[in-house]
Amino acid sequence: MSTAIDELQAIIAELKTELEEQKTSTRIARERIERMSAEVVDSNPYSRLMALQRMNIVKDYERIRDKAVAIVGVGGVGSVTADMLTRCGIGKLILFDYDKVELANMNRLFFTPDQAGLSKVEAAARTLSFINPDVVIETHNYNITTVENFDKFLTTISESGLQKGQPVDLVLSCVDNFEARMAINAACNENNLNWFESGVSENAVSGHIQFIRPGETACFACAPPLVVAENIDERTLKREGVCAASLPTTMGITAGLLVQNALKYLLNFGEVSDYLGYNALNDFFPKMTLKPNAECDDRYCLQRQKEFQARPQPKEQQIDEVVSNEPLHASNDWGIELVAEDAPVEQQTTNTTNVASGLRLAYEAPDKVDVNQSESAAVVNAGLPETSLDDLMAQMKSM
Amino acid sequence: MVDDSTRKTLSNIPLLQIRAGPREKDVWVQRLKEEYQALIKYVENNKQSGSDWFRLESNKEGTKWFGKCWYMHNLLKYEFDVEFDIPVTYPTTAPEIALPELDGKTAKMYRGGKICLTDHFKPLWARNVPKFGIAHAMALGLAPWLAVEVPDLIEKGIITYKDNC
Repeated sequence: MSTAIDELQAIIAELKTELEEQKTSTRIARERIERMSAEVVDSNPYSRLMALQRMNIVKDYERIRDKAVAIVGVGGVGSVTADMLTRCGIGKLILFDYDKVELANMNRLFFTPDQAGLSKVEAAARTLSFINPDVVIETHNYNITTVENFDKFLTTISESGLQKGQPVDLVLSCVDNFEARMAINAACNENNLNWFESGVSENAVSGHIQFIRPGETACFACAPPLVVAENIDERTLKREGVCAASLPTTMGITAGLLVQNALKYLLNFGEVSDYLGYNALNDFFPKMTLKPNAECDDRYCLQRQKEFQARPQPKEQQIDEVVSNEPLHASNDWGIELVAEDAPVEQQTTNTTNVASGLRLAYEAPDKVDVNQSESAAVVNAGLPETSLDDLMAQMKSM
Repeated sequence: MVDDSTRKTLSNIPLLQIRAGPREKDVWVQRLKEEYQALIKYVENNKQSGSDWFRLESNKEGTKWFGKCWYMHNLLKYEFDVEFDIPVTYPTTAPEIALPELDGKTAKMYRGGKICLTDHFKPLWARNVPKFGIAHAMALGLAPWLAVEVPDLIEKGIITYKDNC
């Protein structure tokens, strides 16, 4: 009897160690890699990325390891964005979100049902470090739009780059609401940081990305948000009963467009789109550039515009151009003409309302003239004796 | 887009003048005074017209607001806690009003019980920055939401009448 118990105990001990081994081995799939190798072997996670150099697409791909990117919002678009950048071997990712993973998120990519209940940043950090342990991942679990958190957010994006005290190289907005976008806009204008805004419509059939370089392109407060015109009759659009629909496809495509342009910007290849829309109903991709509004309400935007105008404007065509004497297109059967981008531009302010076909402003811009008019309605303070805030608070409380 | 009675309610709420958010400490106090004055007037108006429907108060800084709102249905009063933060980008962006106890009970809500506003609210708000304040957000955002959602929730048996309120 006692020998049988001993035997069983030995088996249990053996199984325990085996279980431990299993647990640890699944969490660390590989060791960290010091340098990215271009060697083409099955065991090199970077061989296909380094091949971009050999194909003359990217110069010095390994620079990606010196880049830090902040991702605000780790939902349907943000999590896939983080996944892609992790697989590309980005140096550092800083994730912001205050939400938890829910089963209702399972129609999107990345998160798995067993992660339900975990904070999105924590769940994402675990998966991402498992996929690529070379990426430094920092997580922040709070809502950036509140007064106390916004200051933490400002400090983080301006000091948590790869070198301590340096700003991040790029901020990616993957949030789902106007308030958070405006908060990111305010922070990036203030810190003079370039950022991409991204979004998917509430009916899940369109998406967009927008590259904002403070002072140089329109900031998010310069004009009402630009949205992809879906040509759906408002009267037939049923909104009753739900706030938002979502599709993994639209979100994945938007994340793809976002990361593609982020990579082009970070590694200087190709042409970065200033605004790129995606209409899923007819597979249309409108594209345009938005000039900043000289009457923007954000004072840091105005400051950045002044700074930008004071800077000598580089001739963009001369930078990074591949030297070639051959004509780009020998024949031109379709009579396609190029129109110079630096052709005289009209007044900057009118520019924000002239949008490319297939796009529209989310709503009409407020009429600047009418802001200070009190119209017929009463205005607070009018003829009232000065009352202290404490008195007002007390009065409200006693009502 | 806004019905006549809402329009009348709105026109009786004083408009605000100061454009300042909670990060601009000094000017924010001035804006906060305007907010309180507008709210006090709105509650007085409601009392006079027999449609008193909410109370609000804030922390000292005026960045966190909380209180109660109620809705009358078949002569019974249904009461809910209301809360919201003033976002750093206020008044350019409206506060996101939340009824935490109804979180998860209706699809017309975002996480944390933030009410889902109509397509018309944000454009209307944007066109009236900085004239609209918290009182306007209550009148244009929460009031119509309660009027549509509460009867529906009662009918579905998701909320029931509590004697104590």
